[in-house]
Amino acid sequence: MTWVLRHKDILSNAPVYIAGLGVISAIGNNVADHLAAFKNERAGMGPITHFDSVHKGVLPVAEVKMTNHELAEKAAMPLDASRTTLLSVIAAREALTDSAIPDLSKLRTGFVSANSVGGMDRSEDFFIEFLDDNNKGKLRNVWDHECGSITEAVAKELGLTDLMTTLSTACSSSANAIFYGARLIRNGLADVVVAGGVDSLTKFTLNGFNTLMILDKEFCKPFDQNREGLNLGEGAGYVVLVSDAVAGTLNKEPYCLLSGYCNANDAYHQTASSPDGVGSYLAMQGALKKAGLQTSDISYINLHGTGTPNNDSAEGTAIKRLFGPQYPPMSSTKSFTGHTLGASGGIEAVFSALAVKNDLIYPNLRFETQMEELPFAPETQYKEGQHIDHVMSNSFGFGGNCTSLIFSKI
Amino acid sequence: MMKAYIRSTSAISAQNTFGDQAFLSDIIEYQGTRLKAIEPDYKTYIDPKLIRRMSHVIKMGVAAAMDTLKQANIEQPDAIITGTAFGIMEDTVTFLTRIIEMHEEMLPPTAFIQSTHNTVAAQIALMLKCHNYNNTFVHKGLSFESAVLDALMLLNEGEANNVLVGGIDEMIDTSFKVLTRLGLYRRGEVSNLSLFKDHQKGSIGGEGAAFFVLSNKPEENNLAELSSLATFYNPDIHADVSPYLEAFLAKQDLSVADIDLVITGKNGDIANDAPYNQLKSGLFKNTPCANYKHLSGEYPTSSSFALWLAANIIHREKVPGVLLEDETVVAPPKKVLIYNRYQNKYHSLMLVSAC
Repeated sequence: MTWVLRHKDILSNAPVYIAGLGVISAIGNNVADHLAAFKNERAGMGPITHFDSVHKGVLPVAEVKMTNHELAEKAAMPLDASRTTLLSVIAAREALTDSAIPDLSKLRTGFVSANSVGGMDRSEDFFIEFLDDNNKGKLRNVWDHECGSITEAVAKELGLTDLMTTLSTACSSSANAIFYGARLIRNGLADVVVAGGVDSLTKFTLNGFNTLMILDKEFCKPFDQNREGLNLGEGAGYVVLVSDAVAGTLNKEPYCLLSGYCNANDAYHQTASSPDGVGSYLAMQGALKKAGLQTSDISYINLHGTGTPNNDSAEGTAIKRLFGPQYPPMSSTKSFTGHTLGASGGIEAVFSALAVKNDLIYPNLRFETQMEELPFAPETQYKEGQHIDHVMSNSFGFGGNCTSLIFSKI
Repeated sequence: MMKAYIRSTSAISAQNTFGDQAFLSDIIEYQGTRLKAIEPDYKTYIDPKLIRRMSHVIKMGVAAAMDTLKQANIEQPDAIITGTAFGIMEDTVTFLTRIIEMHEEMLPPTAFIQSTHNTVAAQIALMLKCHNYNNTFVHKGLSFESAVLDALMLLNEGEANNVLVGGIDEMIDTSFKVLTRLGLYRRGEVSNLSLFKDHQKGSIGGEGAAFFVLSNKPEENNLAELSSLATFYNPDIHADVSPYLEAFLAKQDLSVADIDLVITGKNGDIANDAPYNQLKSGLFKNTPCANYKHLSGEYPTSSSFALWLAANIIHREKVPGVLLEDETVVAPPKKVLIYNRYQNKYHSLMLVSAC
């Protein structure tokens, strides 16, 4: 199928619904597992078990609790597939199945996926032998090195190759994938888009963040005065976005609307956030404008909240400037899942959609001391029966890439 | 029609394409299987303090972007979007090598922090202090096209008036070695200028950076119009795409007879070129065809070089002879169709018209 750009009457505010959810992370292998983990306040961090590293036993990580072998069986894929591919297939398939869209094959369905290091888990194996002798190293191990290869492998598995692409903007990658998906629908290029992202834990990223000295040797404490860094995690999260017309054919009510989105750039430093979080401020402000909402309309903020001194200070300062003096409840679910990098925006979009649908607020684990520079503290209790109309989800990445999404009750 | 004007363009490539140059009149012949980009004096475009830290692809990308903006006389684009399949390969390999050689201890952070795929787009924003929309696509042979589609949507939505969009990929020793082992390139040396005469397996590797300012405003200085874009995935190497191509043109109320020139993605590899040759004896029987990969080398975002070429061909009203295979002279075209079929799987079509 060819997709050709044609002029359409732009439905720039046409509703885009979220009709399906899928997620895998250190706290569970599907949506139901995650809801249970939140309710039981069960975090996913622990020692490194899936790969060898000198940091084993020193740096905690939030691993998906399945080996590659188990994941391959669950995904019904070859044992030598990249862990990134396997995580992606499992979550994206859950989302697609959950959406139960009638006559999907008759619709224009896209797959927009994001990741930050592609099949690096396998490239690392290749590189050890290759460095020794450039004619050695199993080529199968670098076959899926590129980020786009992961998307292609998953799209083939799901039968969604007509319209696919891959984004990579570091830790905001999958938030950008989700709103790109919504724009494909609003521009009349797709009826349905499976959008989100994935990353698996690798030595590359673990050592990379370690050189920046922003990994906490304990379990992370987002938005705490005494926070010392992040814990790396892994996983995948996808939402199924559908047009108004498709939403009308569904046999169950969609979870929510994707009502607002914005990407802005901090333009301050390659990795550090500006002290006043100008990029975060502009992203949140832009998303509110797109949704036609005021700060007072936001019922809950799912923070980027990595737990690094720099991020939480910049994000908190931007929230203070934009929302003050009235603050909605907020929390960082990275206190459960760790920071899943390119997957985090997708995973947290799933949590945000569930919060809207089920009127939930997730706790920010291990919070003890309010940050001195902020007039607010995160929620520490799991709360049901809240009135959650609009959830804002923040994702900020290297290169000053800041994205906010807003999910709204139907 | 969802379309855009190409307001300016700039390309760093293996040929003399960057800066104030005659249009492909001084062609460089290479012997080998890999073409390296000709690097300009970066000091004109980038603060020397920054240059030292930037790896190869970052410098190429940032310099081409800055030159493109300067030509369009734009200080702050409304969006910055890049497409790159390989990303920041040099920094990635540097960091990967150090992890192994230094056993994960005492690693310097620079290579890692620059290794993220959006580094070029981010560095452009940083240099311009540009807080606007910033995105990067990394989808193999359609990375650049995905970036262009994003730009076209932004213009269509009214979210932007001028979008900076570019395709960038670098070829370093490591990736060249690995891709050679994967069979992408010739086994023996070849002259890039006789790439299409000598029918063998494999192409020649390449790299480059080509940027564009796409705008929604008709202006006298616009180089050309990007009239339409389409991409599709079809891994069947025998797939006859004639119906797709005709449908693409039909949606613009055009037929093959309206196309003055086709720029194809022939790369010198027998299997890769067979479908193009079939089109040349079928659908494009009476349409002049041009090649470009003997000048740029083969790489996933080389279609950005093809778009640079199309914009220049239309603007300068000249089809350089070095691009032609069967024809000797081609009249200045008004409508140019670019068809690239990367690795016989990723198909892209761009229609470029005189304004």
